[in-house]
Amino acid sequence: MKLTGAQALIKSLELEGTEVVFGLPGGAILPVYDPLIDSSIRHILVRHEQGAGHMAEGYAHATGRPGVAIVTSGPAATNIVTPLCDAYMDSIPLVVITGQVPYSVIGTDAFQECDTVGITMPVTKHNWLITDPADIPEIVREAFHVATTGRPGPVLIDIPKDIAIDSMDWYWPDAVDLPGYKPTNKISTKLIKDAARLMGTAKKPVIYAGGGILKARAAEALRELAEMTGIPVVTTLMARGAFPDRHDLCLGMPGMHGNYTAITALQEADLLIALGSRFDDRVTGKVDAFAPNAKIIHVDIDPAEIGKVRRPDVPIVGDCRRVIEELVKAVRSDLEKRHWPDLIPWWSEIRTWQRDFPLYYEQEEDGPLKPQFVIEKLRDLSPDDTIVASGVGQHQMWASQHWKFDYPYTWVNSGGLGTMGFSVPAAIGAKVGRPDRTVWSIDGDGCFQMTAQELVTASAEQIPIKVAILNNAYLGMVRQWQEMFYEERYSEVYLSPDLPDYVKWAEAMGCVAFRVDAPEDVAPTIEKANAITDRPVVIDFRTDYREKVFPMVPAGASNSDVLPGPTPNGAK
Amino acid sequence: MEQHHHILSVLVENKAGVLSRVAGLFTRRGYNIFSLAVSPTEDDRYSRMTVVVDGDSSPIEQVTKQLNKLIPVIEIRELAAADAVERELLIATVKAGPEERSHLIDLVSIFDGQVIDVGVASVTVMVAGTPDGLDAVADLLAPYGISELQRTGRVALPRLIRGSRPLKAVKSSEQ
Ligand SMILES: Cc1ncc(C[n+]2csc(CCOP(=O)(O)OP(=O)(O)O)c2C)c(N)n1
Ligand SMILES: [Mg+2]
Repeated sequence: MKLTGAQALIKSLELEGTEVVFGLPGGAILPVYDPLIDSSIRHILVRHEQGAGHMAEGYAHATGRPGVAIVTSGPAATNIVTPLCDAYMDSIPLVVITGQVPYSVIGTDAFQECDTVGITMPVTKHNWLITDPADIPEIVREAFHVATTGRPGPVLIDIPKDIAIDSMDWYWPDAVDLPGYKPTNKISTKLIKDAARLMGTAKKPVIYAGGGILKARAAEALRELAEMTGIPVVTTLMARGAFPDRHDLCLGMPGMHGNYTAITALQEADLLIALGSRFDDRVTGKVDAFAPNAKIIHVDIDPAEIGKVRRPDVPIVGDCRRVIEELVKAVRSDLEKRHWPDLIPWWSEIRTWQRDFPLYYEQEEDGPLKPQFVIEKLRDLSPDDTIVASGVGQHQMWASQHWKFDYPYTWVNSGGLGTMGFSVPAAIGAKVGRPDRTVWSIDGDGCFQMTAQELVTASAEQIPIKVAILNNAYLGMVRQWQEMFYEERYSEVYLSPDLPDYVKWAEAMGCVAFRVDAPEDVAPTIEKANAITDRPVVIDFRTDYREKVFPMVPAGASNSDVLPGPTPNGAK
Repeated sequence: MEQHHHILSVLVENKAGVLSRVAGLFTRRGYNIFSLAVSPTEDDRYSRMTVVVDGDSSPIEQVTKQLNKLIPVIEIRELAAADAVERELLIATVKAGPEERSHLIDLVSIFDGQVIDVGVASVTVMVAGTPDGLDAVADLLAPYGISELQRTGRVALPRLIRGSRPLKAVKSSEQ
C-alpha cells in the first residue's frame, strides 16, 4: 500500500494509540493536517503553541499516556521549546511533531526554517529529523518507545514538508531496534536484601517519595511498604498524591516551602529511603547540611540520578514499582526473622512537631481574603478526586500545602522548570484526558496572563475546566523574596488587581466568570462554579497581597534553619 | 597523560548529529573536553569517539552515566592510562632553510617522524606518538620557529589483556 509521508505519520500515531493531539497548523506542516481530517484522532486547536505543549503535558500527567502535539516549523517550533524543557525536567512523556522546510532547502535560511532538532536537543530525551518517508513508521514507534519507557521524557520528530508529501510503501514494524537504548529491567536481589536489612536497623527512617512513584504507577506498592513498616512518608512537590495526605503515616511535602514536620523529619532521619526522588536543591536546601546523619537507600530508574547529588549507601537502579514490590517481599521475610527497632520514640518526636508547627494562617471574618482560605474551601467543596493544576509562585506552594491529595495523578504542576503559564493549558490537557473529573486550575494573576488565551480553546472545544485566580495584584513570590531578602525594595513586581479586568476577559473568552472579595462569598461562589459543567469558569479571588508562604528555607540555607512562620501558639 | 585526564572510548551509532549530541551534553552539564577524536570503525554502522575529559571539572562517573543516556551511544569504555594504548598525530610547519633541514630531519627521525612537505624556507613534519612524546617534540621544534602546528587529539584502545586484570567497561546495558 502506497501512502504519503503525512498519511504514514497519522496512521502511525493512530497505531500508537493516540486519541488526541494538541496543535496549530502552518506552512511546513500543511501536508500533515490534511490526513488528520479523515483520522479518528481528535485535534484540539490551540491559540499558542506553548499551550499545545502544556496541554499535552497535562494530559500525560493525568492519564500516564504520552501527550502528543503537532505544530509547524520555525516560530511554532520555538514556541514549544518551553513545554519540552518543562517536560524534560519533570520526566513527562511527550511526543512533539514539528513541520520543517523541505529537506531539499534545509540549511538555506528558507522561510520559517529553524534548526529545531539542534535547538531541542538539550531539552528532549531524543529527537529525530526525518530524511526519508520510508523511515516514518519506524521513527514514530521509536519515539513513543523512548518517551514512555525508562525515565519518561519528551521526544520530538521534525518532518520536512517534502518528506510528508512524498510517498512510501506502508509497513508497521513489530519492534523497535535501538541498540544504544536498553533501560534496566533486572533488579539486584542482593541490593534489595541490603536495603531491607538497613531499614530493619533504622530508628528514625523516612521514606522520601518522589515523582518516580507516579511515573512507575507505584502508589499502591508504596502504601504497602509504608504500612508494613510503619515508616513515615514525605511526598515531594512532584509526588503529591503518590501517598494519601490523609494517611496517618503521611507527613506531607518537604522542601523550601514544605511543612515543618516533613522538612525536619528528613533532616533528623537516620535513614532516607529515596524512592524515585532526585535530591533536588529545593528539597535538600544546602546539600552539605542535608540529613547529616542519614544513611541513604536510593531507588531510581535513571542510573545517572544515583550519586549525582548524594552518594547512597544502597544504590538501586530500577523501576520503582518493581523495586518496591521486591522490597516488600524482602522486608516481610526480614521481619519474620528479626525484631525491628521500635519506631514509637521517632513517631512521638514527629507528632510533637506536627502539634507545634502545623501549617497555619488566620482568616479574619471581615479582613482581606487569605489565599490559603480560598484553597481550603475549594478543597472542601470539590470532589475528593478533583485534579488540581497550578501555576508557579506563591499560589502553587499554598495549593500544594493546603490541598489534601488522596489520589495519585490529581496534582499537575511544573516542578523542575517552574514555568509560569503552565496551569491553564495543563488543566485543559488534564480535563481532555480525564473528562470524568472536576479539574481546577489554581493560578496566579501573573501566571494567568501568560497563557489565559487557551481559555478560548477550552470554550471552543467544550473543555469545561475551572480556574481560580488567586489575584494578589503582584508577582507575589518575587515580592516575597524582595520583602525578605532585599529590604522591602520592590522592583517591578506590582501588577494591579483590575488591569486586566479578569471577569470581563474571561467572559470575552466564553467563560462564566465571578469575582470574590469577601470571605463569606468564597464558598457560595465555588459551589456555583462547581455546578457549571458545560463551560469553563473563572473566579477572580482578590487575595491579601501581604500574605507570605511559610515555612520557608531561604535559598542556600540548611533545612535546619527553616523559618516556620506564624504558629498557632507562638512555638519557635 | 595527566592524572586528572580520563579517556572515554565511546562507540556511537554512525548517524547525523551524534557529535553534536555528545558535544552539547558536555556544554550543558559543564563538563570540559580536553580533546576529542572521531573516527569510523571496522563496522560502518558505528563510529568511535575518543574523548579525553578533565576529571577535576567533570565527575567522571556522571559524565559516563549521562553519556550513556544518549540514545545513539552504544557502549562506553573508561580507559585508565595504565589500561590503554594511546596515540596522537602532530604535524608542524617549521622554519628551516637548506642548512637547517638536515638537523630537523635527524630530529624528527628520532621520534620516528617524517618530513611530509618541503618549501623554500620551511618544512612540514609529521610525528605520531604518545601525547607526552609529542609535547617533547613540540618543545624541541620550537627553537627553529614553528609557524603552524596541529595535533589530532588522542585515539586510544584498551591494552590487550596479558594477565587477568579486568578492564573497566561501562556497557550501555547498565542504562
Ligand atoms: C516564565 C517565568 N517567568 C518568570 C518566573 C519567575 N517567577 C516565579 S514565581 C513568579 C511570580 C508569579 O506571580 P503570580 O502568578 O501572580 O503568582 P503569585 O506568586 O503571586 O501567587 C515569577 C515572576 C517564572 N517562574 N516563570
Ligand atoms: Mg500574584
